[in-house]
Amino acid sequence: MGKRIGIEVSLAVAEAVKLADTDVVAAYPITPQTHIVEHLSELVADGELNAAYIPVESEHSAMSSCIGSSAAGARTFTATSSQGLALMNEMIYIAPVLRTPIILAIANRALSAPINIWNDHSDIMSVRDAGWIALFADNGQEALDMTLASYRIGEDPAVSLPVSMNIDGFTLSHFIEPILIPDQEEVDRFLPPFKPSLQLDIKNPISIGLLGAPECYTEARKAVDNVLRNSKKTVLKAFEEFDAVFGRKYNLVETYRHEDAETVIVTMGSISETAMTAIDEMRDQGKKVGLVRIRLWRPFPDEEFLAAVAHAKNVAVVDRHMVLGCSSGPVGLEVRSLVYTSKLRPVITNFVLGLGGRDVTRDNFKHICDRASSGEVQTRYELVGVYE
Amino acid sequence: MNKPASDALAKAGDLPLGFTAKPGSTVAFKTGDWRSVRPVLDREKCIYCGFCYYYCPDGVYQDMGKDEKYYKADLDYCKGCGICAHECPKKAIEMTLEEV
Amino acid sequence: MRAADVPYEKVTVKNFPKGPDSLAPGHRACQGCGEVLALRLLLKALGTEFIAVSATGCMEVCTGPYPQSAWRMPWIHVAFENAAAVASGVDEATQILSKKGRGYDRRIPVIAVAGDGGTADIGLQALSGALERHHKNFVYVCLDNEAYMNTGIQRSSETPFGAATTTSPTGSRSKGQYTWKKNMPAIAAAHNVPYVATANPAFQFDLMSKIRRAAAIEGPAYIHVYAPCPTGWRMKPELAIESGRLAVSTRIFPLYEIIDGCYEINRKVADPKPIADYFKIQGRFRHLKEDDVAYITERVNADYERLVELSEKFPVKAAPQA
Repeated sequence: MGKRIGIEVSLAVAEAVKLADTDVVAAYPITPQTHIVEHLSELVADGELNAAYIPVESEHSAMSSCIGSSAAGARTFTATSSQGLALMNEMIYIAPVLRTPIILAIANRALSAPINIWNDHSDIMSVRDAGWIALFADNGQEALDMTLASYRIGEDPAVSLPVSMNIDGFTLSHFIEPILIPDQEEVDRFLPPFKPSLQLDIKNPISIGLLGAPECYTEARKAVDNVLRNSKKTVLKAFEEFDAVFGRKYNLVETYRHEDAETVIVTMGSISETAMTAIDEMRDQGKKVGLVRIRLWRPFPDEEFLAAVAHAKNVAVVDRHMVLGCSSGPVGLEVRSLVYTSKLRPVITNFVLGLGGRDVTRDNFKHICDRASSGEVQTRYELVGVYE
Repeated sequence: MNKPASDALAKAGDLPLGFTAKPGSTVAFKTGDWRSVRPVLDREKCIYCGFCYYYCPDGVYQDMGKDEKYYKADLDYCKGCGICAHECPKKAIEMTLEEV
Repeated sequence: MRAADVPYEKVTVKNFPKGPDSLAPGHRACQGCGEVLALRLLLKALGTEFIAVSATGCMEVCTGPYPQSAWRMPWIHVAFENAAAVASGVDEATQILSKKGRGYDRRIPVIAVAGDGGTADIGLQALSGALERHHKNFVYVCLDNEAYMNTGIQRSSETPFGAATTTSPTGSRSKGQYTWKKNMPAIAAAHNVPYVATANPAFQFDLMSKIRRAAAIEGPAYIHVYAPCPTGWRMKPELAIESGRLAVSTRIFPLYEIIDGCYEINRKVADPKPIADYFKIQGRFRHLKEDDVAYITERVNADYERLVELSEKFPVKAAPQA
């Protein structure tokens, strides 16, 4: 049945990695991810987790070691943030094609410059096209649960892809919350032992990481795209099984008071709870507003998202990343291209806010809802709260 | 697109998981047609020292064993570099022009 | 056990490994490639019961064009600068899985192979990390052809002084490479690893014995291999072995081992051949004048003598008598 304790969210993620009986952790310290791997190295040092902890000399080597470890058949985990993810970038694009189901926790943090250790989503957005499954958690329990689900999804033989589990840096990673830590027996029922789909095996040798010439490069990329798109089914199945074992139901797209909402806010990550509070307050004032929260960012859950916004007049998309020199934020782009190629024609507005750790408040969401339903937004996105 | 690109090797769905290859499968690729000269061994001069076998970058030479006492060239892979002829201490190998 | 005492089977003319090569023919290396020859011999010495990791480079490109691979053991290539990091992950994974009873039921050497650029330039950080972390079954081989040959002969930090490459060209203000070759074996040895060696395919038994020794010793090992490149060195394709012999007999590339910090020169060269003999078969040195050669000779001899001093001051001692 598990045990509910007050624990820092980063440590809860590490506990999930332990419960998954992870074999190899290769990691490099970076704020605000560090507490995850610190706790993991303690668990290894105390013998509570029977794993190899590789204290690599950079994030580039962290992901490189993870690819090697996963290809050798080990259940493999790492964690990073911001500049660390940027340094991993080259490896991030390789892992999916080599079909190495590495689990990566990202404590989302702003990218330099200027250097900034606080939260936004610019790090994960820089690797949105790399071929990873990407999940977002919005509170501590979800962080632990999504970590466990990541293994189940990524390692599924039908998938065999790496998974990133995103938590907002500091505003989630460093909070102490009441979190239900499941029993080992429950986790074992949910997560089978890792059976690698391909492995560097002496008895049955294969060559991994070949040159893809023009006559096969497109097909090699397409093969991964097919698997990534189909992985949605595995995510749905994993969430069903998660519910059956742990009694907590997750969806690809979560909603809040959206059924009769004229204006829906679209969010990802921990600001969603602030948005819900703001929605309650706006509802008390008679405003028909609701929330659509994207849990599965990649592959993008097209059908589920369209169903969630089907009745909305105004869709206000929040981005935590400013795309310099582009028409809107990445979530805004995604939503516009999806919705406007369907039959739906809501007014879509895009709001960029909460950059580099700037607070996202209830008032921000009230402002966004007012703007989204005002009919006055002329630009393809608005930067909320910029002093200029 | 259902019609394959003229130079495509395989459909995306038919590629092996992880874009892998079987061990040693380059044997299907005969590099012998790169060659403009070929090594010809004079077995009378051969002292079975093995230099051609050790020093061939392309693994062309095969040890024919104690009874045969020479190394046979598998010209399917010989690129005609001439290391074997150059290193042969008895000058028993001669690089001769390929007839077209 | 001292690294110097770890038993291993030397390769000799009598016990030269039989059977097919561990690196299959059909690879696309250039005519007369000394690098692929070194690789073929190194892999043949080990058989197929190990895991190979390649950096991007000539050897990776010419041995692994989809749908084919020349490697007859499990092999992985990920990128250019990270062979050491990938091998770290493979090594730690095989060890923990073995401990947990999930495969790899015996010790599996992990052999990382990279070129000089992938080792001494872009891969130096990953290599340093791996050597420092002291992975148990880790062997790193640098196949040094002294420039970025795969991208078209650009200079690296391993390009020898005076050599012309496409980015260290000769000109009215240039005599080619203006820096001295980076001393990678010394850098590797500075990580307190149990085994460092240099090797050369012209000395095939020595080369093959050294990889066996490196694989037998517990702890990281580094082998720096002279890899003659006829294409990049502007040399006739049949001269790879001859250049290899000359590199040793002129003291340009001494053969030695550093075992637990102690030095042993494997081929002592009391009376070196003129360096001009080595230069004249390679177009990359064609522009050098007599005084350039004299300067290089002086520095090569000084480097060699320093190595001799080290081998006299810190010799590899014989095993203590029981």
